[in-house]
Amino acid sequence: MKWVTRVSGIVVGVDRSEPSERAVRFAAALAKRDGTGLTVVHVIPWSPYSFNTPSENEERHRRRDEEIAAATEQVIAPAKAAAEEEGVEPETVVRHGDPVDLIIEETEKRGCDLIVMGRSGDSRVKRAIFGSYPAHLVQEAPVPVVVIP
Amino acid sequence: MSAATAGLLPLATIDEQVEDWFGPIADKLAEVVFYAVPVGDANLPLIVVWLIIAAVFFTFWLGLPQFKGFPHAINLVRGRYSKPEDAGEVSHFQALATAVSGTVGLGNIAGVAVAISLGGPGATFWMIMAGFFGMATKMAECTLGVMYRHEHEDGTVSGGPMYYLRDAVAKVTGSGPLGKFLAAFFAVCCIGGAIGGGNMFQANQATVQIVNVTGGEDSVFADLNWLIGVFFAIAVGAVIIGGIKSIARVTEKIVPFMAAIYLAACLVVILGSLGQVPAAFGDIVSGAFSPEGIAGGFVGVLIVGFQRAAFSNEAGIGSASIAHSAVKTKEPATEGFVALLEPFIDTVVICTMTALTIVITGAWDDPDASEIGGVSLTSRAFESVIPWFPNVLALAVILFAFSTMISWSYYGMKATGYLFGDSPTAEMVFKVVFCVFVVIGAALTLGPVILFSDSMIFLMSIPNVIGLYILARTVRNEIRGHRERVESGEFARVK
Repeated sequence: MKWVTRVSGIVVGVDRSEPSERAVRFAAALAKRDGTGLTVVHVIPWSPYSFNTPSENEERHRRRDEEIAAATEQVIAPAKAAAEEEGVEPETVVRHGDPVDLIIEETEKRGCDLIVMGRSGDSRVKRAIFGSYPAHLVQEAPVPVVVIP
Repeated sequence: MSAATAGLLPLATIDEQVEDWFGPIADKLAEVVFYAVPVGDANLPLIVVWLIIAAVFFTFWLGLPQFKGFPHAINLVRGRYSKPEDAGEVSHFQALATAVSGTVGLGNIAGVAVAISLGGPGATFWMIMAGFFGMATKMAECTLGVMYRHEHEDGTVSGGPMYYLRDAVAKVTGSGPLGKFLAAFFAVCCIGGAIGGGNMFQANQATVQIVNVTGGEDSVFADLNWLIGVFFAIAVGAVIIGGIKSIARVTEKIVPFMAAIYLAACLVVILGSLGQVPAAFGDIVSGAFSPEGIAGGFVGVLIVGFQRAAFSNEAGIGSASIAHSAVKTKEPATEGFVALLEPFIDTVVICTMTALTIVITGAWDDPDASEIGGVSLTSRAFESVIPWFPNVLALAVILFAFSTMISWSYYGMKATGYLFGDSPTAEMVFKVVFCVFVVIGAALTLGPVILFSDSMIFLMSIPNVIGLYILARTVRNEIRGHRERVESGEFARVK
């Protein structure tokens, strides 16, 4: 399998957690070694099938802009800085939706062959009920997934 | 009451005092709004005819969208046409769900019982008919709601009849004052509707059910209905005045599950007596055309059915247009198609389920049925099959009432904002008045509450439907244009 020796395109899924930063550094180092592209993806969890109050709907457009701005500033910017420290200039993506589906979509769209992600810091209860994003991703991704502790 | 007589006569309870004060007001108002002409043995309120004609007119004017538009509506709600870049905005599903949670309330549970207790099983038939035709009116008003909504500088969106009446009517007729008059007329009625049907009726029937399950006449709350109202008012006030939105958010998320439980219970009753379903439908159809022992005969049943359906699904009333207009779309007609589903879910599905439950169990035929009416009758119907269900119903009713009150407080606030240029003082006055009427609604008996609620809700249809007729061509062009863009592939599915 070609990716074992040489990766051609890496997607790293990020959030605010510490493992996430380590994931970016790992992915960046790998991307630099193999001279390939790195895409930093942050997905704001959102579903078109949720139930909202009228005032939530009224403010939704503004909130969406605020969420994207906050994610860009607080999640993407530090991740980008970390990647740059490792010597890689990453492409960045912020989207709303299902994190697992969208990380897979971004991976396929770019023809990347590796996904890197930090281990999620969810509580045991939350994990028991909903599972964790990395676990879902490992099960559904079409390419290998590296989960960084 | 003077001190001397107070010693001799038993003091009226707070509930009775509120009733003495409010009852005559409700009577007078209903007399005007429900001005009726005699037809045969029945008195036909002109406002009901007004809504029926509008619903039938738009059904044909828009080319039977109930049939032709249904699959498209489902695809829109399923996100088949939603562009990926619109993720994070208000989806068609969300706009519909929010509107439905404002409409599905006590009208579906208690209103149906009122209809059947007054008009017999046949009233169900006319409710379903009204729901079916009402789909077209709803489509028209929600398309216009999106077309003429206002996107404010801060990124928030306001829409609804106020805006299409003011802006679109002025554009079409060239008369600014007419549009402004209709819009202001609507906004005033909308505030009344919010306080009446969107508040008092909900508080009243939820309170009745709480008293029912805590022991009826022996309940600790008997004659203390106003006190339950105070609790409701505190909860509503916490959200709309205190800004504790998490309460509303949680309610909004629980309500769909309660609706599912409610429908499941209806199915248990219906499937448990499957053999009686054909007879029940027989009663519904024969009762619709040749009712026995119903005041006003055929016309009487028809009026009751249409009136309660309109109260429940609000088609032609204009309220839902406010909720639907928050959707993110470049094609206003898409939300019109989606809005078709609202009266369908509300009336054709949920009201029919309630009706079948009441008819199958025979609860409607009890000698005191018309006396107890409302939620008590529905509760009794369930109790005869699932003895513990009234407790669950009480919980469902509280949540439905609460979510409907939150939705309508929003509609009322939008109307207030429109009238008073988004003045925070005016909005605060409205919020306080709204909470006060929660208590009044809880304290009263069903009679005056339903008169007042009906009057205010139906009044909204006068300016709204006039506007819809004036804008009939505009809305048809928009919908036709959209159909053409779908057929040509310009507006294509993304998945």
